[in-house]
Amino acid sequence: MTALLFLAQTVRIAIPYLFAAAGGAIAERAGVISLTLEGFMLGGAFGAVLGAHYTGSPWVGIITGIAAGLLLGSIHAVSSIRFKADQVVVGVAINLFAVGITRFFLQLAFESSSNSPRVAGFGSETSGGNAAAFLDNPLVWLGLAVMPVLAYVINKTRFGLRVRAVGEHPQAAASVGVPVNRVRYIAVIASGALAALGGVYLALDQHQFTDSMTAGRGFIALAAVIFGRWDPVRAGIACLLFAAAETLQIQLQAAQIIPSQFVAMIPYVLTIVAVAGVVGRSTPPTALGKTSE
Amino acid sequence: MSDTIALRLTAIDKRFGPVHANRGASLVVHAGEIHALVGENGAGKSTLMKILSGMMPVDSGTIEVGGRDVTGWTTADAIAAGVGMVHQHFMLVPTLTVAENVVLGREPVTGGRFDRARAEHDVKMLCEQSGLDVPPDRLVADLSVGEAQRVEILKLLYRGARTLLLDEPTAVLSPPEVAELWKVLRRLRDGGATVVLITHKLDEVMAVSENITVMRAGETVATMATRETSPEKIAKAMVGRDVDLAVRNDRPPATAAHGTAALEVRHLVVRGARIEKAVHDVSFSVAAGEILGIAGVEGNGQTELLEAIAGIRNVTSGTIVLGGQDITRRSVHTRGEAGLSHIPEDRHRRGLILDYSVAENLILGQQHRYTTSGLLDRDAIEQHARHCTIEYDIRPADPSLPARALSGGNQQKIVIAREMSRAFTVLLAAQPTRGVDVGAIEFIHAELRKARNNGKAVLLVSAELKEVLTLSDRIAVMYGGRLVAMFSRSEASEEVIGPFMTGAKRERVA
Amino acid sequence: MTTNARTRTLIEESVLPPLVALVVALVAGDLLIMAYGQSPGVVWRTLLEGTWGNSYGFGQVLYKATTLTCTGLAVAVGLRAGLFNIGAEGQLAAGGFGAGLAGLLLPGGTPAVIAIPVCVFAAVAAGGAVGSVPGILRARFGAHEVIVTIMLNFIVLALLNYLVSAKLHVPETLHTPEIHAGAVPRLSAAFAAFHGSAANWTIVIVLLAAALLWWFLFRTRAGYELRAVGLQPAAAEYAGIRGGRVWFNALVTSGALAGLGGINFVLGYKHYYEDGFTGGAGFLGIAVALIGRNNPVGVVFAALFFATLSQGGLAINAMVPKQIVEVLQGIVIIAVAAAVPEVRRLLRQSVSKRKPA
Repeated sequence: MTALLFLAQTVRIAIPYLFAAAGGAIAERAGVISLTLEGFMLGGAFGAVLGAHYTGSPWVGIITGIAAGLLLGSIHAVSSIRFKADQVVVGVAINLFAVGITRFFLQLAFESSSNSPRVAGFGSETSGGNAAAFLDNPLVWLGLAVMPVLAYVINKTRFGLRVRAVGEHPQAAASVGVPVNRVRYIAVIASGALAALGGVYLALDQHQFTDSMTAGRGFIALAAVIFGRWDPVRAGIACLLFAAAETLQIQLQAAQIIPSQFVAMIPYVLTIVAVAGVVGRSTPPTALGKTSE
Repeated sequence: MSDTIALRLTAIDKRFGPVHANRGASLVVHAGEIHALVGENGAGKSTLMKILSGMMPVDSGTIEVGGRDVTGWTTADAIAAGVGMVHQHFMLVPTLTVAENVVLGREPVTGGRFDRARAEHDVKMLCEQSGLDVPPDRLVADLSVGEAQRVEILKLLYRGARTLLLDEPTAVLSPPEVAELWKVLRRLRDGGATVVLITHKLDEVMAVSENITVMRAGETVATMATRETSPEKIAKAMVGRDVDLAVRNDRPPATAAHGTAALEVRHLVVRGARIEKAVHDVSFSVAAGEILGIAGVEGNGQTELLEAIAGIRNVTSGTIVLGGQDITRRSVHTRGEAGLSHIPEDRHRRGLILDYSVAENLILGQQHRYTTSGLLDRDAIEQHARHCTIEYDIRPADPSLPARALSGGNQQKIVIAREMSRAFTVLLAAQPTRGVDVGAIEFIHAELRKARNNGKAVLLVSAELKEVLTLSDRIAVMYGGRLVAMFSRSEASEEVIGPFMTGAKRERVA
Repeated sequence: MTTNARTRTLIEESVLPPLVALVVALVAGDLLIMAYGQSPGVVWRTLLEGTWGNSYGFGQVLYKATTLTCTGLAVAVGLRAGLFNIGAEGQLAAGGFGAGLAGLLLPGGTPAVIAIPVCVFAAVAAGGAVGSVPGILRARFGAHEVIVTIMLNFIVLALLNYLVSAKLHVPETLHTPEIHAGAVPRLSAAFAAFHGSAANWTIVIVLLAAALLWWFLFRTRAGYELRAVGLQPAAAEYAGIRGGRVWFNALVTSGALAGLGGINFVLGYKHYYEDGFTGGAGFLGIAVALIGRNNPVGVVFAALFFATLSQGGLAINAMVPKQIVEVLQGIVIIAVAAAVPEVRRLLRQSVSKRKPA
């Protein structure tokens, strides 16, 4: 029973990571740096709460959350691809922008600086006690499916083949008539929608939006992408691993064996170890961050 | 070969700013032949082929393919009409498989998904038909250079190309791979394909082509049937005058006549970006007071050789001795202190920092000499800059301008001024007059002679054979990473050296 | 193309993007203000009056600009060497913690002439130590500094959070006890007009650091070599400059400068280290460096600009939510980042068109 509880808690924590990491994986595989996941998630969470608040339907919330992600993703895509702006700078800026714009509209729509009112969501707020209750949430199932689906898209479809080609050698792809920029636009905007779903899940699970509620989850997702060597399935496993570490930390908190902060560091330490190549080198897509002329 | 004309280019003219790359060039290629397009560096061969393949618009002239006027077409049009080009630099995605690379852009799709099995099957069929042997499911990253080139050809065949343009296809291949390529090209020709082969290696021309068109200075100066010609005749057409065929192969390499060896290179082996031995067992020495010129077509190891001597490329084996001191594993800085000066071949990437001022560039590599306890000595730098701008006639004479703002000739003068005005015993000069105007060329030549006359040892590498001949006291020829011949000035001429540069003749130099 | 035209193009390239960004931000700001049913003119005037129009507001601007100058300099020195330090947030926090810890360890009553330098050194050393991690990993293993510094932020912040919450905190808070020594006096002690504002003499130390960095970059050989590596690594290699060493030094310097920023809050304002005091100033340093074009002088002015926005948000909070400035900061950064390559492309296009055939 404890094992089941542990598993349930792990999945619950992993869902937002899985969505955001899926977004990060597709954008980075297409060659666009994805420091924006945090901002996309926050935008998605706020969009979902807005939609759910005004219509009373969490389903509308999903749609408005995705819409917010598409919007932020488009900003990222246009500035990085059309204007060839530095993708690291744009990533940082979109995260700042997302924090600011959600706070601004939190004030404008709900006259609060900290949180929205309670909105319709999935599951009851007390579902934490019941291991199975969270399974009522359709986003959980979608979240568990997202990485296998993405793996299929990237490895088995024509679009995926083109994404891989564009992220590795855009000139070669262009020379055989692959529309490089169009592939990148689709990948980046899709990453906005996917990462936003991570935020939508958080907001609808908690039935409200709170200021900066994503709390660095976008960066954990990015860490999972890097630790998973830009492969959707491995990134998904990394998400589950990081979530399990967090679950462990929550369960150990009472026992006070390891300080929670050290458990929280695990994803970041593993990622640094991975990029330093100490244990098996993690090599990014070759054209990552480079906009071709 | 049939009598049908596959390609006809008439009176092609193309300018790049002041450079007149094609001057009324014409080319006729019959269907089903292997046609060699030969000429020295800069003769306009690549430009002509880029125009034909739709990569560049033409200024004037007409292009006909299969009797149809296609002047002004695009690459896509060309591929649709079955005309495709294999470039010197491969356009392959290393992380994709052979089959994926071949079908990219025209992927077979079944029920919304990429049909990998069909792609691999199609590529396999294509391999069998063409004799190009590459496993379709291998990653391109794991292929040898020769195999990668086969994938490039497969890409064209997959798109239905019947006319293949190959730009210097053997530059990166080992001899067995070259033989394999010839086999494939012959088989394709026998299957009815038309091949245009750009090269400046005469042995290759004789080995594989049916007809030859020679280009010189942007013009097509001669067309001949390979069976009825000889390397000597081709070489004559390439350089534009009679060729002395009686090269005495038994001539011992000239020895240094002027004093002791200032620079000595023994059995040097250097790894290149794509080739294991870009420099292959090279030995020579340069004496104080002489200019040793290395002639050769670009890409035969000269760049790697000079970078290894300068200390910016690792040496696999062999030794480099400067003024009696072994510097093989020493830092760039130590080499500079030991008396090495270096005019690098690419001033935009290595020789200059384009956003630095002229004055700052004039101390690059010498910065420690213009420093007092860690601080840049601005007076000394300014004085040096003033001196150099006057002495070397750098215009405009404003050392505070960024180097980027100067013309190519004046940028090169910055490099020359910097490397000549320092204390040195050995000067490496790589392509010292590339992309500079005539006035600057004369000036740079005079500077190199002055250095020699002042007792410096000068190692000159240039793709301009005339430049090597005018300046050098001894001339070595580099081909395929090796020194294949060494001549004294009196023995050397374009006619004598040409066959060695193109691999038509070789003679091992100890 | 004549030399004059080229020089003019280079100048236009550096001036136009910030102007474009300012216009974009003003337009976006107008729209947001109007969405809130207010008059843009009135709001902008209030913003200026609340920052540069009274001495308290101005003092606050100076205080905020002090921290931002440090993080901006940190990012700038990295970029000058061709490296992107996203870790200023963690380095700033580490610097603050170092200063606080030194101040706690020093016995009470240590004279300021000893205590302040010790605390400042502790801040710089702590920031530099954090910067050395991406420095070593980059120089030795070629690990990409962007990823390492991002991840390191979280590690450092978690570590500091642990140290404070588990070992050093005053009960019921997330800050340490007050330091015993090393406090830097407020500016209001000398100029009464600044009364109430957090502006303190740290600003002088930071301006000195900016001047020192300028001097280092443009007057010393190490600075010459650092910029060479950042501009053209191949040319630097040709000139015998060791890239790995330069990268390491640049990232340590970068971390040290960010760490220096920590003294503004800890020694100059609260006199204790508090978890989360950085509040995004490290990330904003990227914007400051970008707008300041990686020049220490430019960074100081860019820091004033962002500090004005940030303080101005409080001044206009009665009319529109103060968060409008965070939105505008994001927009300014995106606009500048997009305008720089675009302006360069357009200018070079128009110059080559002007050129007679």
